[in-house]
Amino acid sequence: MIGRSADVAIVGGGLMGVWTAFFLARSGRRVVLFEKGPVGAQSSGVNFGNLRLQGRFGGQYPLSLRSHALWEDFEALTGETCEFEATGHLYVAANADEAARLEGYARQAEAHGIAIERVGGNELRRRWPWLGEGVHAATYSARDATANPRLATPAAARAAARLGAEIREGVRVTDVRREGDGFTVELEGAGTLSFGAVVNAAGAWALSIAERFGESAPLFPAGPPHFVTEPVPYRIVPSVQAVDGSVIARQIPRGNVIMAGYPRTASDPVLNRAPVPPAKTLAGMGHLARTLPALRHAHVIRVWSGIEGYLPDMLPVIGPSVTTPGLFHAFGFCGHGFQLGPGVGAALAELIVDGTSPTPLTPFSIGRFGEGVAVSDKFLKEFDQPAAVTS
Amino acid sequence: MTRVAIVGAGPAGIRAAAALVEAGIRPVLLDEAARPGGQGYRTPSPGLDLDMAALMGSEAAHHARLHGLFAAIHDRVDYRPETLVWAVDGRTLHVATQGRAGMVAFDALLLATGATDRVVPCPGWTKPGVFTLGGAQAILKDQGCFIGRRVAFVGSSPLLLLAALQYQSLGAHVAAVVDTTPFGAKLAALPDLAASPRTLRRGIAYRTKLRAAGIPVHDGAAPVAIEGRDGVEGVRLRHGAREWTIACDAVALGHGLKPETQLADLAGAQFAYDPVFRQWLPETDADGRAGPSLYLAGDGAAIGGAYAAEASGTLAAAALLADHGRPQPKATLRRLRQEVARLRRFQRGLARAFAWPAGQAAALPDDATLCRCEGITAGEVRRAMAQPLGPREVNRVKAITRVGMGRCQGRICGPALADIVAAAAGLDHAAVGRLRGQAPVKPIPLVLGAEPAG
Repeated sequence: MIGRSADVAIVGGGLMGVWTAFFLARSGRRVVLFEKGPVGAQSSGVNFGNLRLQGRFGGQYPLSLRSHALWEDFEALTGETCEFEATGHLYVAANADEAARLEGYARQAEAHGIAIERVGGNELRRRWPWLGEGVHAATYSARDATANPRLATPAAARAAARLGAEIREGVRVTDVRREGDGFTVELEGAGTLSFGAVVNAAGAWALSIAERFGESAPLFPAGPPHFVTEPVPYRIVPSVQAVDGSVIARQIPRGNVIMAGYPRTASDPVLNRAPVPPAKTLAGMGHLARTLPALRHAHVIRVWSGIEGYLPDMLPVIGPSVTTPGLFHAFGFCGHGFQLGPGVGAALAELIVDGTSPTPLTPFSIGRFGEGVAVSDKFLKEFDQPAAVTS
Repeated sequence: MTRVAIVGAGPAGIRAAAALVEAGIRPVLLDEAARPGGQGYRTPSPGLDLDMAALMGSEAAHHARLHGLFAAIHDRVDYRPETLVWAVDGRTLHVATQGRAGMVAFDALLLATGATDRVVPCPGWTKPGVFTLGGAQAILKDQGCFIGRRVAFVGSSPLLLLAALQYQSLGAHVAAVVDTTPFGAKLAALPDLAASPRTLRRGIAYRTKLRAAGIPVHDGAAPVAIEGRDGVEGVRLRHGAREWTIACDAVALGHGLKPETQLADLAGAQFAYDPVFRQWLPETDADGRAGPSLYLAGDGAAIGGAYAAEASGTLAAAALLADHGRPQPKATLRRLRQEVARLRRFQRGLARAFAWPAGQAAALPDDATLCRCEGITAGEVRRAMAQPLGPREVNRVKAITRVGMGRCQGRICGPALADIVAAAAGLDHAAVGRLRGQAPVKPIPLVLGAEPAG
């Protein structure tokens, strides 16, 4: 339409926003992405870096597998590396009950064509001699991978820019309004621009846009309590995750061991703070020392967290607005969005360009919160019970 | 009774503890070291027969007095040596004592965390045999050892002269003292330096003694590189157009001090940029208040030297007592404030006379190591910044390049990093930010979490 600044405005320069910009630009759309800080500086840049296929929500596998193929192609797509490593993922159970849960996850993954190995007893110790005595059984998925979140988003943003997307860092969107069949986007100290479509990929800050259009979600901020050790000899190749979430750990070839774990921590999107309570760090250190006892004397050198958006059913919001044609959402990834990023970008671009995507997104509609909120088991597991905000 | 935690048993922490003891409070005094005294007034290892009079020189009596004071209050203080405070969470300190985790609850927190060395890297600075200046002194005072047989003292600091004299008087061969600040800058700083004539006289005396001992003192020369195959064999220097090499087997490198502010950061202190020190310093009022129930004293608040540390320790304790319903005599407070202000003014003079060589830091060659923990070169930082959407702020540079992400968390490379980032971004030094503090303040072993905290 004549007079429009560009076809699509994307609000939020996280992984979802930059990959959407990438695929839209590749389809020849004129795109401007607005990010209040630097790209990839919030949860996209400070997450654990897991590209995990095991243990996902069943309805997410088509999107997840699509995304995985894009991660495997990251270098060709972006022209840069992001420390992508096909490390495999080892899901470990401490007892028979947990092993039964692993079996459930394994069947679900296998139904989507993912190869899962079930390993127990001596074989477990032979293949992964560094596992602690408390590990009873495990499932292993060889295709799962890891990447460096600090590098991935800026690399994808540069690739989008090379395809013609305009990436505007340090520009805060103060208002988004309907205007005719398009949108007006107001920028802090940088005027007003008009677009045909808007993608709301504003992470923990996304409700401020959705609610302007009469729709909402019970989104709340939280963060993963992370720590990292000094470098030690590289032995632990697969990422290791305990079924109860007490340990989510991986070693990078440089030698550092990165650790996340539940329960998650509070974070504050207004003050832009995500402190890690030291008691959680200590608890996580204990869990890691028991699961990987060879690390007992390794030193923890740093902790960090981030500001992630969570929803009580532990599923993201992805897809078109239910109130306003031309508005699309991608937020609330509940701490598992890193793996989905490129796939979300590809599918959203298809929705915007073609009006439809071969990747099913209906389970993630913002409309699902109309009839009350389902609280998932995952939610109960990942948060401190008394402190959890159920909105 | 008010529960007071003091972190650091140097001159500021000991004086603060003494003032609280006098008011009938039994403070918890937490210190990383095995013995009290802090860095400058440290106690040598037991069984070591060091000539303390020779080592401490004009400060020997002062050293003895501080340790005498500590001995006098020892049984009225909950003194916990070998205790690292690694995190602050609300009104609780998380500590590690000899491999065991613990917590200390407090109503008021007084941080007397001291200072650490500030160094400008140069090519070769990671070779075995290169120590920070403070490290060279600590090894001597703690263990009675020299860092080498033939030592060069290089940098920009009045402590270069003092350390060289200490080494010389205990029998080491001092190859040279190389000060990067021109002599003219020292003359220009004289008005501020006159704030403490006694210290100024002492500094001039160090210089005279070194000259008398035949030790070359070079002003305005800068290190081009520290050379050697397996270790240090020499320092290549440049002064104007002239370049030459001094033979030595160890180098003590120091460009002044920087406050250890990580705990203040975690405890919620605000920071402001100080253009004279070219540092971000925690904000306090004249008495050391830095926030609700948070007090800072000594070099950890602002570099002031040992005397200022003692006075500011007493002053911060007085402020703490006043805030907890025990008003202090106005005259005492006034005298202490004047003393601290005068001594810190002197240090500002020193910061001009022995200036941080920002240009040398900014010009660190591309292939030189900047971050020694992570092995990141200055060139890697510049290349990351030069790409599209490249970072222009130190925390983002850290995120993209890993610089400052290692064991020391940027405590060593941080100052030079800021100059390199400012130069590459074409920004003012104050505009590139400061590395944010994160727990743990120093590395802690995983086993610390294997036992419940008690």
